[in-house]
Amino acid sequence: MDFVSFLIQVLNSLQYGLLLFLVASGLTLVFGIMGIINLAHGSFYMVGAYLAFALTSMTGNLMLAIALGIPLAFVFGAILEWALFSHLYKRDHLEQVLLTYGLILIFEELRSLAVGDEVHGVTIPELFSASIPLSDNLSYPVYRLVISIVCLALAGGLYWLIQKTRLGMMIRAGSHDRDMVKALGIDINLLYRTVFALGVALAALAGMLAAPISSVYPGMGSSVLIISFVIVVIGGVGSVWGALVAALVIGFADTFGKVLLPDLAGLMVYLVMAVVLLWRPEGIFKKA
Amino acid sequence: MNSRTSTILKLAVLAGVLAFPAFGSAFYAELVAKVLILAIFAMSLDLLVGITGLVSFGHAAYFGIAAYAVALLTPKYDPASLWLALPASVLAAAVAAFLIGLFVLRTKGIYFIMVTLAFAQMAYYVFHDTPVGGGSDGIYLNFKPDAAIAGWAPFDLNEPHHLYYFVVGAMLFVYALLKLVLRSPFGRVLVGIRSNEHRMLSLGYATFRYKLAAFTLAGGLAGLAGFLYAVLFGFVTPEYLSWHKSGDVLLMVILGGMGNLVGAIAGAVALVGLQEIFTGLTKHWQLLMGLTIVAAVLFMPGGMTATPARILARINGGKTNE
Repeated sequence: MDFVSFLIQVLNSLQYGLLLFLVASGLTLVFGIMGIINLAHGSFYMVGAYLAFALTSMTGNLMLAIALGIPLAFVFGAILEWALFSHLYKRDHLEQVLLTYGLILIFEELRSLAVGDEVHGVTIPELFSASIPLSDNLSYPVYRLVISIVCLALAGGLYWLIQKTRLGMMIRAGSHDRDMVKALGIDINLLYRTVFALGVALAALAGMLAAPISSVYPGMGSSVLIISFVIVVIGGVGSVWGALVAALVIGFADTFGKVLLPDLAGLMVYLVMAVVLLWRPEGIFKKA
Repeated sequence: MNSRTSTILKLAVLAGVLAFPAFGSAFYAELVAKVLILAIFAMSLDLLVGITGLVSFGHAAYFGIAAYAVALLTPKYDPASLWLALPASVLAAAVAAFLIGLFVLRTKGIYFIMVTLAFAQMAYYVFHDTPVGGGSDGIYLNFKPDAAIAGWAPFDLNEPHHLYYFVVGAMLFVYALLKLVLRSPFGRVLVGIRSNEHRMLSLGYATFRYKLAAFTLAGGLAGLAGFLYAVLFGFVTPEYLSWHKSGDVLLMVILGGMGNLVGAIAGAVALVGLQEIFTGLTKHWQLLMGLTIVAAVLFMPGGMTATPARILARINGGKTNE
């Protein structure tokens, strides 16, 4: 592999890994703080991609669609938390697994009823449709760079939110001791609702950003869900920082796996997980 | 329900199942056989989830591995010997469970759920992405295994009735075996691990070994179900190992009620029954299935087998509404 193709694969790995981070961060936050294992998280990614498709068809502009889609996803998350997930906090993981498994079936069929089972494409906004030439015959699409930059900015924003703000302080405290936070007079229900809605919005945003490159298709949530689980496990459940590192590791393992060992491509991610778990059964960044 | 009425009820159901092919159509006999096979699958998972307290979300892997094993062991133009293919398939599943168990049993709780899922996905991709088992199209089992021993055949699995009773026999075997396991000291240790693993450890039990043994046994029995499923339907696809399959079997165990085997059987009956009803109603039957699952979790804690007792308790307690 020459340097330019190598560089392209590195950029692809980063872009894929960062996108996965957006999905996995919501999953790990919701588990770390609320103690809920949410199988339907991949569905939020799918909802995002379909929102991008529907809103882009309506407005003619992906960026406008994303601007409209994020608040919609946030409200959708808040409603879901209020209607269903708030009843799950005191249930065991088994029932959470079951209920959210049922939700996957519901979301898939509602999607099928609403928009059918065809594969849809979403066009890249004109502003970002160019490619940067890297050599005589290789170039890198600007849109992928934009995704990476947006995801990096969001990762930074998330770090700032959790480590530096008052809301972040409550989130960290809430993950540590729910009853103490409640006793301090903080509205824990509102806090949980916000965190859940934030997680949904992040997953949906990942779906919206990915829509132009991966296209929009039935069942697109489930592969992302399982990879996100792997990321959460490798990173250590509840650790956002761990999710970032693990997402990048998986991004590289998957991208380079496809190039170097195409026969093992599907397995690569899980092999990485197996090795990490042999080394540290509770993930790289297990919370104390 | 006291134990005597429960025994009579079980025997009545068994008599119904045994007499079924004489009255029901071939279609329904196949459906009952399918339910019985899934009941084996669900009971094998119940050994982990309900009895040992290990929530495996990748149980379809062992089901699928055994199904592929029998398909791959069957020559293209000849049947395989049942007496070779059956133990080999079950063994393949048990060995896979043993090896995967070495990894996954190092983790606990939510990690265990996710890691079993991830390992099952790994197995799924082995069959989905490589040409070993025909890729995503799967593989046909052209001939059902041959039961002949040195030229003499006690039964013929190509005969639907023979196959049906073979499945019934396997189901009874698994039920009896797991009942025995539950009563044995080994089974008591597993129950002890579910309620308090630390206590079992401090009592001097090497709990990891017990869990690994349970995981391997459950994998082997799931393999028996997979073997029968492949023989009944004559083809195998990667979907047998998919996480939807793992979800379905977990659903059977939980909906039916955990830890008492009968619940797992009831769950298999309920799930296949609902599937049949819903697919008859609409193309979008999974929507109804999803709504049923959500409603069951919210309103039916403890599963179906716990529900009569809950209703009775409510009546006796004098409370008529929530």
